[in-house]
Order: sequence, then C-alpha cells, then structure tokens
Amino acid sequence: MSVSRSDVTQIAQLARLTIADEALDDVTDRFSRILTLVDQLQQVPTEGVEPMSNPHDMTQRLRSDEVTEVNQREALQTVAPEVEQGYFLVPRVID
Amino acid sequence: MTSELHERSALELSRALQEREISSVELTTALLQRIRARDDALNSVITVTEEQALKEAQAADALLARGEAGPLTGVPLLHKDIFCTQGVRTSCASRMLDNFIPPYDATVVSKLRAAGTVSLGKTNMDEFAMGSSNETSYYGPCHNPWDLDRVPGGSSGGSAAAVAAGFAPLATGTDTGGSIRQPAALCGITGLKPTYGRVSRLGIIAFASSLDQAGPMTRSVADAALMLNAMCGVDAGDSTSADVPTPNFLDALSGDIQGLRIGIPKQYFSADLNPRVATQIHQALGELTARGALLVDIDLPHTHQGIATYYVIAPAEASANLSRFDGVRFGYRCDNPQDLTDLYQRSRSEGFGEEVQRRILVGTYALSAGFYDAYFKKAQQVRRIISNDFKQAFESCDVIAGPAAPGVAFKIGDKTSDPLAMYMEDVYTLSVNLAGLPGMSIPAGQVDGLPIGLQLIGRPFDEATLLRVGHLFQESTDWHLQRPALGASQ
Repeated sequence: MSVSRSDVTQIAQLARLTIADEALDDVTDRFSRILTLVDQLQQVPTEGVEPMSNPHDMTQRLRSDEVTEVNQREALQTVAPEVEQGYFLVPRVID
Repeated sequence: MTSELHERSALELSRALQEREISSVELTTALLQRIRARDDALNSVITVTEEQALKEAQAADALLARGEAGPLTGVPLLHKDIFCTQGVRTSCASRMLDNFIPPYDATVVSKLRAAGTVSLGKTNMDEFAMGSSNETSYYGPCHNPWDLDRVPGGSSGGSAAAVAAGFAPLATGTDTGGSIRQPAALCGITGLKPTYGRVSRLGIIAFASSLDQAGPMTRSVADAALMLNAMCGVDAGDSTSADVPTPNFLDALSGDIQGLRIGIPKQYFSADLNPRVATQIHQALGELTARGALLVDIDLPHTHQGIATYYVIAPAEASANLSRFDGVRFGYRCDNPQDLTDLYQRSRSEGFGEEVQRRILVGTYALSAGFYDAYFKKAQQVRRIISNDFKQAFESCDVIAGPAAPGVAFKIGDKTSDPLAMYMEDVYTLSVNLAGLPGMSIPAGQVDGLPIGLQLIGRPFDEATLLRVGHLFQESTDWHLQRPALGASQ
C-alpha cells in the first residue's frame, strides 16, 4: 500500500511534526516502502488469534492506594525549558 | 597475571582489586586515560564523567580496604546514554535531550552503583535507540574498532565499541529488536538480552515498552553472568518487571552440555545470510556438538514476517512514548514559538532526527482510526503466532542457535539511504523481543578480520542455559579473546 503526500502531511499533523516541503517527496516515498514491507502481515491468517500486548501475557500488578511519592516539584522542574512560580510556561492559549 | 589492565575481564579485575594488587583509583585512572587517548577515533563515549568516577573509585577503595567489598566493587563500567543518571546529562543521542540532566537514576544504574561499580561515562547510540548502525546519533556515528570505516552496529554501538576497545570491561546496553546482540556480534563482544521483565525498565528512556530490555555487554560470558546478577530483579517502579526468583548466574557457568538439544532454525540460514558467516556458525556449532550437544532441526516459519510485525509494534509504541517530548516539561524547546501548536511542532521537528520522525509517523499511522485493526491489531496477532512458534520449537530443543546478524559490520553510509536494508540487520534478533525471550550473542569467528556472532536463544527466564552454553564455548575457543588492533597495548 502506498500513501500520498497529503496523507503524510495529515499523519505528521496528528504526530505534531512538521515536514518541510522539499523533504515531503522523500518522506512519502520511504513511508510507502515501509508500508509495503509491513503489508507482509496480511499474508498471515490470524482469524481467532488473541492479540498479544505483553510477551508473558502478564497483567498489570496493582499496589495499595497509598501515597508513596514525595513532592519533588523543584527537582523535576530543574529540567524544564521555562517555569514561573512552580508552573510550566507555554505561549498564551487564551487571550 | 601479566596482561594490561584494559584487556582483563571484570572477574580478573575483581580478583586483583580484592587482593589489593591494584586499586580502583589506579584502574579507573588508566581506563579514563585510555578513553581520552583513543576515543577521538571511535566516538564511542558521549560524556566522560571523570571527576565522579574518581570519587566513586576512592569510595570503592575504602570499602576494599575495610574488607566490605562485593565482587563488582571498584570495577569500572560505561552506561549507554539511554539510562537516566542523576546529575549527568542523559541525551539518548538526540538533540531533543542534549540539555537533559535527569533528577533521578535508572534502577539499573542505582543497582550497579550499589554493587560498587565505578561509572566512567555515557556511551554513544542510535538516537532514541532507533537504528542498527549508530549512525542516527546526534553526536555523529561511532566507529567500529576493528575497522574505523565500518559501523559498530546499533543501537548500543558505543557500548559495544568501547568494550571491544578496552575502555571498560563492562557496559550496559538496551535491546528492543537486537540492539545489544547485533552490535555485540559486529564488535566481537558478548551481549546478553535478558528475558522481558528480568531487568527493570525504570529510568530507561522508553522506545517500545513491550519490547525494551536492558542487559550486559562484556568481553566474556562469565562477566555477563557477574553483571546480570547485579542488574536484575523485580522493581516496584516498573510494573512489567517480573516477580520471579533471581538465581546466582555465576552458578550457571559450571555444568556440561551433554545431551543438550540445540535447535537450528532453517529460516536463520536462508538467502539473507552471508554464506561465509554461515560457515563460521556451523563450525561454532561443531564445537558444541563436540562437547556433547545434539543439533535438532526446528522450524520458525514466521521469521520473515517478524520484521513486518516488529516495524508496526515498535513504531506504534514509540509514537506513544515519544509524545511526551513536547517542549514543555523537559528537553528541547524551539525559539520564539508563535502559539502552543507551533511550540509542539517545531520543538519536535527540530529536536528529533530523521529516523525517529519516520518511526513516529509510521507508528501514528498504524494506530490511527481506520488502520488500527489492519496494522496494530494484526501485528499483535502475528506476534502471538511468532511467540507460539518459539513455544513449539522449545518442545523439541532446549536452546536455539543461529547467527546474530546476517553479515559482518558494513561501511559507514552504506545503508543510510535505505531504511529497509537497515531493518534487515535485525532479521534474526527481533522475533526474540516479540516473544520476550532471552538471547545472547557471543564471538564465534571472523570473516575478513571482522568478528561475527553466534546467537543463543532460550526459554523464558532461562538465561542460565545460555550462559552455560556460552561459557563452555568460550572455554574451548578463543574468539572472545581476539582484540582489534586499536585495542592492542602498544
């Protein structure tokens, strides 16, 4: 299966990526070739096969609902691009 | 013992440290000097943590002096730059994390520190572990110490090259589709990917969470056993870490392989395999049959479809995991964002390299409405079929053997223009991740002076059998003792 330039642009939008116009042909071509590769999946009959999301079919371990984490706001915000008064700053969303 | 410090195994160094023949400070200083003198040619280390290493070595010497040392106390190692290290930049070889100094340690890092190891620094890798050649690194390619024009493999290429070059006896690696085993094969070292869940993933920057697993990269199987002892165990911080008993893996090294059934999958010797690599692998298997093992033909019929399965599941999980990089809480942020969408889009497009963006796109597509069933769900179904193939194969054998990679190290630049050619590098390794099994590559020959790797694959949580077979092989051969010219003592 192949994809079009506009498909790729649409997917990039969903992934919050921007593809430069001059790169779009190359990206589309390689994307289509990867889809051709993964289309080999369709050769394998899978009717009634339970999808596998964990290799040991493990289920999520639960823990008791107790507070175990201490507040590390300052330590965690040392790596943030921009903070003010303990908040992460982003461009204005609401005027 | 007369060999140079940088040629000795971790077990030999451990003995020398315990007997106070050398100090950890002497050893650490010697290896740091070797890295400084020789890594310009390799580019295997992104960050050298000299000051911290010497402090850790002094602390180790104090423990050794008091007789309170464990087997790894004072032994130097390197960490792949995907493991979070508190206070030390952890880049994942990406511009996105070029400025990222983690506020905490990965569980593997803290466990190895608690065991007394001395961290010399952080190794080069493919960006976000996406690649099989170390060429997607933001910090430039790492070179193979056996031939500087060739790749070391990937994604744990820096760790493999550094261990082969004698920069450290031990390094950590991670393996999502072959990223420990393939570079270990191409650099002539031992690399073990444990069973999924054996080692905690906490603090390992996530690529594909149902496939990622950390493991030891060493110059011998015995050292891999020593290092795995310190790395594994259930972790409350990783709900997918397995609550299973952890044996002393050094105990696995004794014992014979009389009557052990080694399964040989015919699909691993197909046209994709370099025939000269095949010859070497058959010779290596001959060593094992000479020690009493039996070869059994087995069938892994969906080996080839494993590539398609992997290249849906891994990118899909990656696209979800990498959505956290948005320029808001950590990592790269673009200059002068116009609005929030612009902030997200430009931070991600400028911060991620080409291969990472390609996989995010493929993964986003596979998970998007209308394609989820055809791609992601279908891949998860084929994943179960592949897992069942292994289960069935293990009914007639105890361990599976074959090549770790289809060829030897290739030239830098040879496969960068064709992602599909690069993806083929992992044809023999990625099914093992899909099935969550342990796999190990050990040096098993050379083609034109370049190392090749024998891959051993085990039942879930049966790393012990891989170690036993591998150790026996290394007792009767000397491929693991071959060193690249760069690693020679002069």
